Amino acid sequence: MASAARELTPREASAHPAPEAVVVRFAGDSGDGMQLTGGQFTLSTALAGNDLSTFPDFPAEIRAPQGTTFGVSAFQINFGSTAIETAGDEPDVLIAMNPAALKTNSPSLKAGGLIIADEGEFTARNLAKAGYPDGVNPLHDGSLAKWQVISFNISQLTMDAVKPFGLGNKEALRCKNMWTLGLALWMFDRPREPIVDWLKGKFSKAPVLADANIAALNAGHAYGETAEIGGPMKQHHIDPAPAEPGLYRTVTGAESISFGLVAGAQLAGLPMFFGGYPITPASAILHHLSRLKEFGVTTFQAEDEIAAIASAIGASYAGSLGVTSSSGPGVALKGEAMGLAIMTELPLVIVNSQRGGPSTGLPTKTEQSDLYQAVYGRNGDAPMPVIAARSPADAFECAIEACRIATQFMTPVMLLTDGYIANAAEPWKVPDMSGYEPFPVSFKTDLPAEGEVLKPYARDEKLARPWIKPGTPGLLHRIGGIEKQVDTGHIDYAPANHQRMTDIRKDKVDGIANHIPDQEIELGNATGKLVIVGWGSTFGPIHQAVRRARRKGLDVSHVHIRHIWPMPKNLGDLLRGFDKIIVPEMNTGQLKTVLRDQFLVDAKPLNKVSGQPFRIAEIEAAIEAALA
Amino acid sequence: MNEMTTIKTSPKDWETDQEVRWCPGCGDYAILKAVQRTMPELGVRPENTVFISGIGCSSRFPYYMETYGFHTIHGRAPAVATGVKLANPELDVWIITGDGDALSIGGNHTMHILRRNLDCQILLFNNEIYGLTKGQYSPTSRVGTRSPSTPFGSVDRPATPCSFALGSGARFVARGIDTHKSLPSVLKAAHAHKGASFVEIYQNCIVYNDDVFAPFTEKKAAPEGQIWVEHGSPVLFAGGTKGLALDHQNLRLHVVDVADGDWQAAGVIVHDETNRGLAQMLIDYAPGEGGPVVLGVIYNSPRPTFDSAVIEQNEAAAKGKKPDLQSLISKGQTWQVTKEPHAL
Repeated sequence: MASAARELTPREASAHPAPEAVVVRFAGDSGDGMQLTGGQFTLSTALAGNDLSTFPDFPAEIRAPQGTTFGVSAFQINFGSTAIETAGDEPDVLIAMNPAALKTNSPSLKAGGLIIADEGEFTARNLAKAGYPDGVNPLHDGSLAKWQVISFNISQLTMDAVKPFGLGNKEALRCKNMWTLGLALWMFDRPREPIVDWLKGKFSKAPVLADANIAALNAGHAYGETAEIGGPMKQHHIDPAPAEPGLYRTVTGAESISFGLVAGAQLAGLPMFFGGYPITPASAILHHLSRLKEFGVTTFQAEDEIAAIASAIGASYAGSLGVTSSSGPGVALKGEAMGLAIMTELPLVIVNSQRGGPSTGLPTKTEQSDLYQAVYGRNGDAPMPVIAARSPADAFECAIEACRIATQFMTPVMLLTDGYIANAAEPWKVPDMSGYEPFPVSFKTDLPAEGEVLKPYARDEKLARPWIKPGTPGLLHRIGGIEKQVDTGHIDYAPANHQRMTDIRKDKVDGIANHIPDQEIELGNATGKLVIVGWGSTFGPIHQAVRRARRKGLDVSHVHIRHIWPMPKNLGDLLRGFDKIIVPEMNTGQLKTVLRDQFLVDAKPLNKVSGQPFRIAEIEAAIEAALA
Repeated sequence: MNEMTTIKTSPKDWETDQEVRWCPGCGDYAILKAVQRTMPELGVRPENTVFISGIGCSSRFPYYMETYGFHTIHGRAPAVATGVKLANPELDVWIITGDGDALSIGGNHTMHILRRNLDCQILLFNNEIYGLTKGQYSPTSRVGTRSPSTPFGSVDRPATPCSFALGSGARFVARGIDTHKSLPSVLKAAHAHKGASFVEIYQNCIVYNDDVFAPFTEKKAAPEGQIWVEHGSPVLFAGGTKGLALDHQNLRLHVVDVADGDWQAAGVIVHDETNRGLAQMLIDYAPGEGGPVVLGVIYNSPRPTFDSAVIEQNEAAAKGKKPDLQSLISKGQTWQVTKEPHAL
């Protein structure tokens, strides 16, 4: 069941090695509470000390018609006693709560893997809804022969377990997910206590629901313990993963970005203003930040995406750190306002939680197809720094970096994340905040010298202009989107002035490259036959694929770019040190094009736009083909 | 606006060194002068004053005011202003906009700033035309307006700015005329109102829509064409010889003659600026509908502002909590790893 190729330890070489990593996928109807089940299983797994990575995979519809394949909601978790960097290629265990869940999820199940199905839901009606031909039941027709199948009537067992609480049928069946969770907890030897505590808290106003859910949880657990099923349904123990000593917690990208933005504002010594408009999958950042008012955070749910960014620009103008967030379609609407922030040279952080596009696209599925939009997607010559987070934990650092660049260089900054990072959870070693170097902002308050005029567009050594807050006596001035005169900031349409200002804006952003770290190599040598260059959430599968290939003796390295624009100064030379360059991306080749343009290198694309993350094997195959 | 120490300034102190670039004879000059004349009377400080505009002829306004100023993008001034005010509620925020900026491209933001009641003054320069883009018809142009984009006349019905404002939940709605001597008093009332104060100013575009308001703004038309309302006073015009009375049967206003100043006998109504229903009827008494135009403070009924509510909630939610980031990120379900890592 191990997902990473490596040398066997003596224990593994023994007859019955404990698995080092297991991939479990919970799948059911979107009303079955699979995300909740997965989330709680994740928590329990984190507390057991395993490393883990999750992949919530849910439909865009809130309540799609029950029992249909497009209403299936799934949650995948990969956990183990070694470093886990992806949510796993192929599940070892699939828990299918209905025929539709089985139908849509079994194709990805590992051969020989285990299917646990709720027999009670495999009725003629549900089978028909899932699209099985009349009279066909996959549980009985041998079509699942390459897997091990265990089915029992989870619905009935749940009803029996919660009977004493006098719930109606519908309410009783809602406890099914807790029954299933109980069974999963038993299978992997996870503690039930945190879930029991959580249920008590969640249903504190309806204790009978808490009791019924706990009873279902316990019943599922007891079923695993006592039912004489045997065979594949056995208990596994996954040892805790080795990790650096310290305090850990699980974190999703949406949480870590929120924390990182708060940290960034604190390090800059500024209050934060967040203007947002609800959009999947970015809304979670607005939700998190709206609870953090004691950190000087003001959140504003604006009337639209444009008002969200425009209000953030207004707040930056008035001396706060303005932040806005959205997903691709919303970012498109913000384009003109980004130009205003570029022209007025005000700090601003724009978070884009990318999703499948174009247009409304795939709201709940992940994609990396907004890189062109981030780098180039504005009218005029409108250079703007772009940073991309690779994982939920990394998003914390990236958010701080975005705040640093925005305030130090007086510029809007785009932070790219995606639906996968936003929703996925991973263990996070809680950082020591005292280890971060503050970057305090100083507003200009000193008056021009005698005989001098005020210069709101004067430049410091980084080419940044001074930040002057309204309310400051003696420094009254006007700014706006019309071209500015060099230094004074007055309206100026003169040809030479526009040339100079365009150059200055470009040089300022290009110059950020002097203030970011050199590009490092994640894995492998600094020169060689092949380098896999990634950005964003493809980090996990690329890293694992390169690791596996290197263990097979292949000469391949992994480079992962955080600073998409401007790029690290050494990146061109670094890439030129390899014979071949492959760029895996969840788009049709956007970073690839930028790399070719910037460095004239022969970067080759490896693309996937299915709404699903890369599988390790897909990248591994590309490596092998390139080096064959 | 906030309570501030009253300071002495002159209109000159509110002028910038920038050359004013409107067309000669544009109504905007008169409005600029009126605002610069009004500011000293408000006793406010230039550095605490921010003029925020969108795009259009009117939106050049901030460049000519010796205050802080932000010339933003088309239609978005209310959104920028919301951020400015929430970030620093001490600032006195003025929004300068036009009929296209506020009611066409920025209609959504205008609606929401009024609904939320952000404390600011919104001056909508209504010239019923797109001036800066060279004369296309606007959302307030009358049906039949011939313009480069409507050579055979516009066919869509215009919006009524004050009606839009009232319908959006505005708590202060007033009307003025660019060149009229009463404009400063309307602006002063707008400033005194705490909340979003909406002021429509009929502004003559000398190039593309000249004299569109002349039927009631011209000197000789003014007495019959303008009804200046004042809270607590009878709604009279034409030198007190006419007034507005309520037609009880049809629930609408109509003009009545007042003999010998006895407005009570004529049934003339007394203006109550807190009466929303009356405000709606006064607003609807508009040109093109055959009647004179109602001007002055039509509606003024303050209620708590958005900015004060946000700040109050921010403070209440933060009360007793320490902004300790380390403890925030260390919260929740955590676990401690104590052992040294062993090699993978």
